[in-house]
Amino acid sequence: MNGEPAITARGLTRQFGRLTAVDRIDLTIPRAQIYGFLGPNGSGKSTTIRMLCGLLRPTAGAAVVLGFDVAHEAERLREKLGYMTQRFSLWEDLTVLENLQFIADIYGLERSSRTQRIRAKLTEFRLLDRTAQRAGTLSGGQKQRLALAAATLHEPELLLLDEPTSAVDPQSRRDFWESLFHLVNQGTTILVSTHYMDEAERCHRLAILDEGRIVAEGPPKTLMADIDAAVVEIETIATEAARAALAQVAEIVSIAQLGTRLHALLARSVADPALTVRDALARAHVTAAVEHTTASLEDVFVAATGGGRDERRVDARLRSRA
Amino acid sequence: MSSPALLQSIHRLRAVATKEFRQLTRDRLTFGMVVGIPLLQILIFGYSINFDVRDISAGVVDHAKTSASRALVADLQATQVIRVTEYLGSPTELEERIDSGALSAGIYIPPDFERRRLDPARSAVQVLVDGSEPTIEGVVRGLNSMRSTLRVGLGAPMPSFIEVRTLYNPEKRTAVQIVPALIGVILTMTMVVFTAVAIVRERERGNLELLITTPVRSAELMIGKLAPYVVVGLIQTTLILLVGKWLFDVPIVGSLLDLYLASGVFIAASLMLGLLISTLVQTQFQAIQLSLFTLLPSILLSGFMFPFDGMPRAAQLIAQVIPLTHFVELLRGIVLRGAPLASMPVPLAKLGIFFAVALALAAMRFRKRLD
Repeated sequence: MNGEPAITARGLTRQFGRLTAVDRIDLTIPRAQIYGFLGPNGSGKSTTIRMLCGLLRPTAGAAVVLGFDVAHEAERLREKLGYMTQRFSLWEDLTVLENLQFIADIYGLERSSRTQRIRAKLTEFRLLDRTAQRAGTLSGGQKQRLALAAATLHEPELLLLDEPTSAVDPQSRRDFWESLFHLVNQGTTILVSTHYMDEAERCHRLAILDEGRIVAEGPPKTLMADIDAAVVEIETIATEAARAALAQVAEIVSIAQLGTRLHALLARSVADPALTVRDALARAHVTAAVEHTTASLEDVFVAATGGGRDERRVDARLRSRA
Repeated sequence: MSSPALLQSIHRLRAVATKEFRQLTRDRLTFGMVVGIPLLQILIFGYSINFDVRDISAGVVDHAKTSASRALVADLQATQVIRVTEYLGSPTELEERIDSGALSAGIYIPPDFERRRLDPARSAVQVLVDGSEPTIEGVVRGLNSMRSTLRVGLGAPMPSFIEVRTLYNPEKRTAVQIVPALIGVILTMTMVVFTAVAIVRERERGNLELLITTPVRSAELMIGKLAPYVVVGLIQTTLILLVGKWLFDVPIVGSLLDLYLASGVFIAASLMLGLLISTLVQTQFQAIQLSLFTLLPSILLSGFMFPFDGMPRAAQLIAQVIPLTHFVELLRGIVLRGAPLASMPVPLAKLGIFFAVALALAAMRFRKRLD
């Protein structure tokens, strides 16, 4: 494996009519890592992935993927690329085996190694007992394993996964990520988009997207350590009253709720963030346990995507995770 | 293209065709339509479409009551075109019966029939026809040709000046005209809809998004997807020919090879139309709607049901861009007249042009879709 990055993009932009879906994105994605795109719906994750695999032409900017210019050499890139769409996009009226055979033929796998390779994938993704079953009758988790088996059948150097786990249960998600780590250990580069915080935390590196721009980038741990805000955790039963009281405080950038707890993000300049919060709550006669805490990826996300403005969207995401 | 690349291309094309064929045989509804539509259509059209109208129910009001008037009615009955079902007292009653739909035609013989039939300036008999049925009206109007004979005297009818001899279909059986052309109608119906739906379905279900990121090329994808339908079309052609022969005794005068060649060209043209439709619509439902939209003019204007010569100029021009028009011409030529395909280069060339234009348009649109 050479040392050059799997993906480099400079000023990558895509417009749909007057809407700018992706706005001047710069990317450097190293090889043999899992790189995550974290962002709300409509933040430009899918559009970026589609440009990187040559499905959409960039309106401006350029991207080099595995040494190929995506605008002009997409055809040659395709042999080395695996792509898994958000929706299950194999053929529901074909059996598991027929789907894999078709994909193998499309990628021109040698007849001799084809059968062996398919068998290995079926074993790896625990589908050996399902070979004669139509793909449409598989469960969500099985479909997703089949899709990953199909996307990796030709042993691509780069795997692009567009919200691969949005339709599966938590156990299947864990299994899926185990498979991804296994692939990375074999040298595959993986770019995965997600809106699950726990998945994002598992990536080697992460880019947080909002409204078509990268608003934060780096390893998750670094992002959490370097967050440009102080995080105060408030535990109270009177969450509504607490929120109302804290909304009056100018230093508080945003408030997000996690069950019975609230996370308030305050500007770094505040000397004692916990005290500021405690005072505000006392003035409003709200009883609460308040302490300064370390940032979670959630907090990084809220801080990066503009805080209070996105509060409602973040709330929705937290609920979906719970 | 170097030969390994060409070989790879053929491999991919075969993979697409195999997949498509598997899906086709698996979808029970589609498979049923492949065989079911031709069978049903040929039975319905073959048995029910009958332009050779006989036994139209007619009422008679005979106010003359002479031997000549009775002979006239007997002569009209003898043509088998009409069958006198009732005698009535007045023209008003006759009209009422036609109004109510009980009769399709009425014959009024006035009291001065004897004088009128000797006077060339006046008509001797009035025939009332239910004009709401175009075929019946046409047939009864045909009776008019008898008038000259009648006027001269029923006792000594004049020999006809013109003897009409029907070539190629001496018994004037409608099935003989309908069944060969039915190959074209059924192929239009199935080929266009099937291909349009098959391609749109792939896009609707998200399969296309996956396919685009694989090494398969647009041309391989298009040809591979269409190839199984050529086979389907030829199976349907065979089915209609066999049923036409067994049930309706339709002779195949010309060469079978010519027939299949012409069918092949027509199938290709129809598939291209289906492909073009698939690039214009978003959903399977729209694909079916648009296909049906092309089907109706095909049936009405192609000369399948109504004679091409009787159409207004505008309709004839529209008919020129309908592939079925040219295929019906080829079919009737080969099947009924035994004409070799080579003797009909014009309709064949027109089908070819349709194919090429539809292909070019579809290829342009299809490529855009990928972006």
